[in-house]
Amino acid sequence: MDLLSNKWIINLLVCCFYLGKWFSSGAGCRHTLTCVRCNSVEKKIYVHLNYKIPCVRLLNATHQIGCQSSLSGNVGVLHVLESEENLDWVLRSGPNPPYMVILEYRLFTRSIMMKLKNGSGRVAGVAVVAPNTNPAAGFSPHNTCPNENTGVYTEKYDPTMAHCNVTVWNPLGNGLSYEEFDFPIFSLKDDNETQVIRQCYYDHNHVVNGSAPQYPLCAMQLYSHMSAVTDTATCMRRNDINFSLNPDMVCDPLGDFNVWASTRPINNTAKGHKNGESVVIAAARLDSRSFFFDIAPGAESGVSGFVTLLAAAHALRNVTQEAHLNRTILYTFFQGETFDYIGSSRMVYDMEKNQFAVDLDNVHSVLEIGQVGLRPNSTLWFHSDPVSRRNNSVNEEVCVENSRKLEIKTIFSATGLNVSVEEPGFSQPLPPSSFQRFLRARPIPGVVIEDHKSAFTNRFYESMYDNGEYLNISYPPNMTPEEQLEHITDTARVSKVSKAGPPLSTFYFFLSVTQMLYSFLVQSNNSWIQQLMTSDYANHLTDRPANLYVGVAVQQSEPTYLVQHLLANLTGSTVNATQDNCKNQRMDPDDKDSKHLYYYFWVQGAAPPNSTERQGFCVRSTVRLSKALSPAFDLHQYTSTDYSTWTESRWKPITGRIFLVASHDLEMLTLGVGIGILLTSLLLTYFFSSKAEILFSSGREPATATY
Amino acid sequence: MTASVFFGCTFIAFGPAIALFLFTIAREPLRVIFLIAGAFFWLVSLLLSSLVWFISVQISNKDSEAQQKGLLIFGVVLSVLLQETFRFAYYKLLKKANEGLLALSQEETMPISIRQLAYVSGLGFGFMSGAFSVVNILADSVGPGTVGIHGDSQHYFLSSAFMTMAIILLHMFWGVVFFDACEKQRWWAVAAVVISHLVVSCLTFQNPEYVASLVPTYVILFLMGVWAFYSAGGSLRNLKLCLTCKDKDFLLANHRPR
Repeated sequence: MDLLSNKWIINLLVCCFYLGKWFSSGAGCRHTLTCVRCNSVEKKIYVHLNYKIPCVRLLNATHQIGCQSSLSGNVGVLHVLESEENLDWVLRSGPNPPYMVILEYRLFTRSIMMKLKNGSGRVAGVAVVAPNTNPAAGFSPHNTCPNENTGVYTEKYDPTMAHCNVTVWNPLGNGLSYEEFDFPIFSLKDDNETQVIRQCYYDHNHVVNGSAPQYPLCAMQLYSHMSAVTDTATCMRRNDINFSLNPDMVCDPLGDFNVWASTRPINNTAKGHKNGESVVIAAARLDSRSFFFDIAPGAESGVSGFVTLLAAAHALRNVTQEAHLNRTILYTFFQGETFDYIGSSRMVYDMEKNQFAVDLDNVHSVLEIGQVGLRPNSTLWFHSDPVSRRNNSVNEEVCVENSRKLEIKTIFSATGLNVSVEEPGFSQPLPPSSFQRFLRARPIPGVVIEDHKSAFTNRFYESMYDNGEYLNISYPPNMTPEEQLEHITDTARVSKVSKAGPPLSTFYFFLSVTQMLYSFLVQSNNSWIQQLMTSDYANHLTDRPANLYVGVAVQQSEPTYLVQHLLANLTGSTVNATQDNCKNQRMDPDDKDSKHLYYYFWVQGAAPPNSTERQGFCVRSTVRLSKALSPAFDLHQYTSTDYSTWTESRWKPITGRIFLVASHDLEMLTLGVGIGILLTSLLLTYFFSSKAEILFSSGREPATATY
Repeated sequence: MTASVFFGCTFIAFGPAIALFLFTIAREPLRVIFLIAGAFFWLVSLLLSSLVWFISVQISNKDSEAQQKGLLIFGVVLSVLLQETFRFAYYKLLKKANEGLLALSQEETMPISIRQLAYVSGLGFGFMSGAFSVVNILADSVGPGTVGIHGDSQHYFLSSAFMTMAIILLHMFWGVVFFDACEKQRWWAVAAVVISHLVVSCLTFQNPEYVASLVPTYVILFLMGVWAFYSAGGSLRNLKLCLTCKDKDFLLANHRPR
C-alpha cells in the first residue's frame, strides 16, 4: 500500500511538471506524442547506448591495469578513425580536443592504442566496434608468456627455462590486456546502435578536405569510474577502513570455486591424508578472459579442454563403476587459472595444509587437458616437464602415460578421425598449465595434452574472438535452438577425445558433447541444460555464450555451476530419494554418513509430453566445490610473489551516451544575453519603481492607487 | 562550460521577475505574503488540471496519435480556464481579506490598494508558472549535451527561456488587467484576458517553429503591457514626464506622507 501510494505521488508530481511545462511554455509539445511519461527534454538531448562492454581496472601486487573514466564521465567529440594515418587528426591537428575515438576492430592494435594512450590528454576515450565475424589475422591482447612469474619455471627451478626462454607460448600476444589506460575503453557491437553513432559522426563531425567541422558537434560520454587505485595492497587496506556505517568496498579479490569429483567416493569431511588412496588428477581450466569485462568466450583456451574432460568423465562412468581400478581419478576443474593460477595454487595450498580431501602424498600423477580445439588432421601433443623427468621414477611414470599414445590413436581411427598423437621434444618446458603449480610443490609425474607442439595454435588466445565461430561451431541457417542443440557439429566430432575405453555408444556420446558445446558457446539456456539443473540455478541461465571471466570471489560464476551440474549428471547416478531427503543430503532420514561421501542434487528433470510440470529426480555424485581464492588473501600477503594477488576494482554504474555539444560561442552568447537582460531589467525596474508615483497617478484616480 | 547556458537561461527567464521582486515587493512584507499566496493559488489550479489530465490519459487510447493530440489540446484549454478561475477566486478572496485588513488597521485607508494587489498576485502567478515551465529544462541544460541529436533546433534552451520570460510578464499584466476589469465590472476585458491566455498557450503548439510561437507571444505581451499600464493608471503624459525628468514640481504637488 505504501509503495503504491508513493508511486501515485511520484506520478502526480511528474504530471505537474509536464503540465506546467506544456501549458505555460509549451516547449517540447512535439515530443509529447511519442513520449508521455518520461523526461522528454533528456530524450531530445541524449541517446543512451544499450550494448556497451567496458574495460575495467584490475590490480595486482605491483600494478593496476585496465581503464577508467573520471567520476563524472569522460566527454569527447566523436571521431571515427578510418586508418592509422587518420590518427594525426586526433593527436595533433584536430581543433576540438578531447576526442572520443571510434575504432574498427582491425585498428585495435598495440601501436595505435599506445599512441592514443600517450595522446597527452587529447583522447577522452575509445569505443571499439567489434565485428560480427572473426578477423582473418590472429589477435591476442594477452601476454606473450602467460603467467610468467607464478608457474614452475623460475630462476631457481631452471634458469634456462624461466621467462619463456625456450618457447614463447603466445607469440601473437600484444599485451594490451595488461596495459593501464587513463581513459575509458568500451566495446560496441556492430549493429543499429553503432550505425546511429556513425551517422551522427558523418552528419556533424566529418572532416572534408581537412577543414574543421561546424558546430554543433556530435560527442560521446562514457562513464566507468573505478574506485580502486595503485595496487592490491593499497585497495585491500582501504577496504578495511570503515568511517561510515555501511563501508564502501574498493576492490574484491578475484576468485570462484574449483569443481572436483572422484571416481570413488572420498570422505570430504575428514581432511588431509587418506591411507591407501592413490589419485590421478585429471585437470582442466575453467576460465578465460579478454580485454573487455564481460566477453570471455574462451572457446579453445577453456571450453575445448573442460568439455573434453567432462566427456571423458562421462565415458568413463560405466568403466569405473564396473571395474575396480586400483587408482581413483580425481576430475578437477580449476577456476581463475588465467590470473596466475588462482584455483590450482589454492588446491595445492589446501593439500599442503591438510584442508583438502586428499593431500599431495595421495597424488600419484596429473593429467591435464589444455587447449584441444582440434581441427581435422591435426595432432595432439603430450607435454611433460623436462626438469622433473631427470628424476628416474617420475620419468618412468611419464613414459607409461606417453606409451598410451598408440591406444588413443586406435580409438581415434575407430571413430573415423585422423588425429595423430605425438610428444614434443624432451627439452621443451611445459606450456602454461595448472600442473605447473603441482610441480612447484613437488616433482609429480604428469602430462599436459595440448593441440600445439610449441607455440599456441590458438590465434585468438584470451581474446573475444576465441569463440564458437573459431571452433567451427556453426549451424545450417534456419535452425531452431532446439534443432541446433541436437545438431552434431564437426567440432564435437573432433573434440571428443577420451583417454581410455572404446566408444560405447558413439552417437549418444557425440550428442552430449555437442550439447555441452552448444551450452557453453551458444547459449546456456536450453532445454537440455534445464533438465540437469536444480531449480535455483535454472533461473540464472542466459541466452548468450557463457562468460568465462572468473569474476570476484563473492559470487559464483556461470561456468562454475554449469560444470558442477553437468559433472554431477554425467558421472553421478540417479537415486531413489525424496525431494526433501535429497535436499538434506541423505538417502532416507536414518542416513547420516553419506553426506560425507556424496553430494545430492535435486534436478528439475524434463516435463512429460502431455504435461507442463517437470518431474524432478535426485542425482547422487561425488561432485564438490572447493574454494578458488588465492591463498595470498587468506595469508594477507598482498605483495606475494608466489600466489596470485589479482583484485578487481569496484565501479560506479557504467553507462554511455551520445549527444550534440554546442559551440563555445553560442554558450557565451546565451550567458551574455542572460546577463544583459538581468542588468537591463534591474536598471529599468529601479528607475520606474522610483518614479512609480508619477507614472501611475492620473487625475482620475485617487492617490491611494499609487505604487 | 555548459554552466554558462544554465545561468544564461536562468537570467533570461527570471531576470525581469527577480528585478521586479527586489525593487517593488521584497521591501514590504504584506506584498511578499500576497505574492506567495498568488503562487499558491496557481499551484492549486495546476494540481486540479493535472489530476484531470492524469485520469484522462489513463482512460485514453495510448496508441492513437490523434486521440493523444486531442487530449493535449483539451488539457491546455482546461488548464487555462482553471488558472483564470483561480485568478478570479483569488480576486474574490483578496476583496474579502482587504475588508478585514481595513477593519484591523489603525489607519483609515487600506494598507494595500487593489491595484497593488493585482500586480503582486499576477507576479505570484507568473513566478510559479515560470518555475514549472522551465525548471526541468534548466536542469537538463547543465549536462554536457545540447538539444539536436534528433534534428531539433539547438536554440531550444534559449527559446524556452524567452518564452518563460514572456509567460511571467504576461501573467503579471493579465493580473493587473483582470483585477481592474473585475473592479469595474467590465466583463469583456475579463474575456479578453482569458482569450489571450488561451491564444498564447495554443501558440506553443507551433513548437518547434520557435519564431512562429515567440513573435506572436511577444506581440501579445507588448499589447497586454500597454493595456496593463493604462489600467494601472499610467498615461502617455505621465511617461513623458517621467522620462524627461520634469517631475520635480509634480512630485511636490502630489506629495503625500505615507
